[in-house]
Amino acid sequence: MSKSPPSAVVRSRVTPYLFILPAFLVYAAFSLYPLLRAAQFSLYEWPGFGPSTFVGLQNYTDLIGDENFRAAIGNALVLILFYAALPVVIGLVLAAIFRRGQVRGMGFFRSVIFLPQVIALVVVAVAWRNIYAPNGPLNQALRAVGLDELARGWLGDPGAALPAVGFIGTWLEMGLVMLLLLAGMSRIPDDLFEAARLDGAGPVREFFAITLPSVRGEIVVALVLTIIAALKTFDLVYMTTSGGPGNATTVPSYEVYHRAFQLREVGSASAVAIVLTVLVFAINVLVTRIGERSR
Amino acid sequence: MRVSTAERTMNYVVLGLFALFALAPILTILATAVSSQIGQAPGLHLGNFLEAWDVGGFGSSLGNSLVVAAIVVTSAVTLSVLSGYAFGTMRFRGATVLFYVFLLGLMIPTEATVIPLFFDLRSLGLTDTYAAIALPQIAQSVAFGTFWLRAQFRTMPVSLLEAAALDGAGPVRTLRSVVVPASVPALTTLVVLVFMWTWNEFLIALVMTPGGGLRTAPLGLANFQGQYTAEIALLSAGAVIVALPMVIMFLFLQRHFIRGMLEGAVK
Repeated sequence: MSKSPPSAVVRSRVTPYLFILPAFLVYAAFSLYPLLRAAQFSLYEWPGFGPSTFVGLQNYTDLIGDENFRAAIGNALVLILFYAALPVVIGLVLAAIFRRGQVRGMGFFRSVIFLPQVIALVVVAVAWRNIYAPNGPLNQALRAVGLDELARGWLGDPGAALPAVGFIGTWLEMGLVMLLLLAGMSRIPDDLFEAARLDGAGPVREFFAITLPSVRGEIVVALVLTIIAALKTFDLVYMTTSGGPGNATTVPSYEVYHRAFQLREVGSASAVAIVLTVLVFAINVLVTRIGERSR
Repeated sequence: MRVSTAERTMNYVVLGLFALFALAPILTILATAVSSQIGQAPGLHLGNFLEAWDVGGFGSSLGNSLVVAAIVVTSAVTLSVLSGYAFGTMRFRGATVLFYVFLLGLMIPTEATVIPLFFDLRSLGLTDTYAAIALPQIAQSVAFGTFWLRAQFRTMPVSLLEAAALDGAGPVRTLRSVVVPASVPALTTLVVLVFMWTWNEFLIALVMTPGGGLRTAPLGLANFQGQYTAEIALLSAGAVIVALPMVIMFLFLQRHFIRGMLEGAVK
């Protein structure tokens, strides 16, 4: 470390730490410390009041055979298709259209498709519950075109509930993914496209030869964000299905809440919370690594 | 760039379809919000909003949300300005490690911290207070704000700070009269994002107020849904009331929403 002062206007070496201290105290007390406490809680059996019993790693080993936990992980994997994979495909198509053609009203389309991102998930849940209701607009539309046998109470049907919740995720995330990818595509120089067209490349070849390879980084970012959103779908599940029917739509974040505050199994809930945290960290590292390697 | 007429038509069809897909649920809930309640004559019922406002107690829950958002936004932005200033413009031992500790906060899920926060704050008698709802959210937003403003303040030319030093300004005066005024767009973006996150936050508000006396707007709506599941017109009117402030803000400050959510994600 050089002997120079911290900056032109700061002489004392202590000053930088004084500026950081207030933010660090609040962050440490209300985010870092609770995370450590959750790890500690996960080693105990505790109903939320009275004495607790130390059980070591048993809360974790119990999760391995726990049907609801396994369902939550399995459901989260399915939700990733709807929250991450589908929006990336849709986002690629939409962003490529914006990048390629002169689209009039581009601002309008962009804003409209992004709009779901700013609406509280609780409101989103109310809107979609109505759409999926037994006599709601979706079933009315199906009956109107003669597809009566497809009509059902979407959120109450064991087979349909999970895709129905997932579809809300597609609706939510496609705008964010589209804008992320568009930001990447706008950095591709026009000459590249023109050269490809002179070579007689059509829109499809142009997409795979130029557009797709140049937005790898943005695809990675989009995947990290949306996969984590899929794992953390608490608000939607709480408001639309409460994890049901049975455990058909439960997800790790719903399990955390349900176990801690409804079943009063605080230790087990904390174990799920720690597993969720490790998953989120791992996805961040893993997806970023894959992104770097394929570059 | 030139594209053929056929392709352009296709493009508009695809964009139109997805715009319709994005808007359909929003238009549906708006239409439902002004539709007739059970037993009423069909037609346009704007009175639903007034009734939902009264029955759902949205006056008080929106008020609570505003108070929480005001506390979180002012505290988180102020603390982030201070820490971002140190990380962005000063050299000191341990800067990198400390910054990574803050970065970690971007990944810590609320689900993991909310359990101990609830039980520990309950033992301190702090549940059902504004502090219990606001402090955890300030902590999360400070992690993001520090990261966001560090990047912003790093772009500031060193010569600006040197000029301030020549004028005899200390660190605080330089921050107030040079650094902050030069960063207004980035600060506005941060305010907009933190406000949105706080306004829409559900899990923390749900867990931290077991008594139900201090409901924020999303919680008020969840509660309303529990009581009025059958009266979908009123419920939708309530949902529109809760969403409206954010949507209006988005329409006016779009650039900040989009810039914040994109650059915040990529960096």
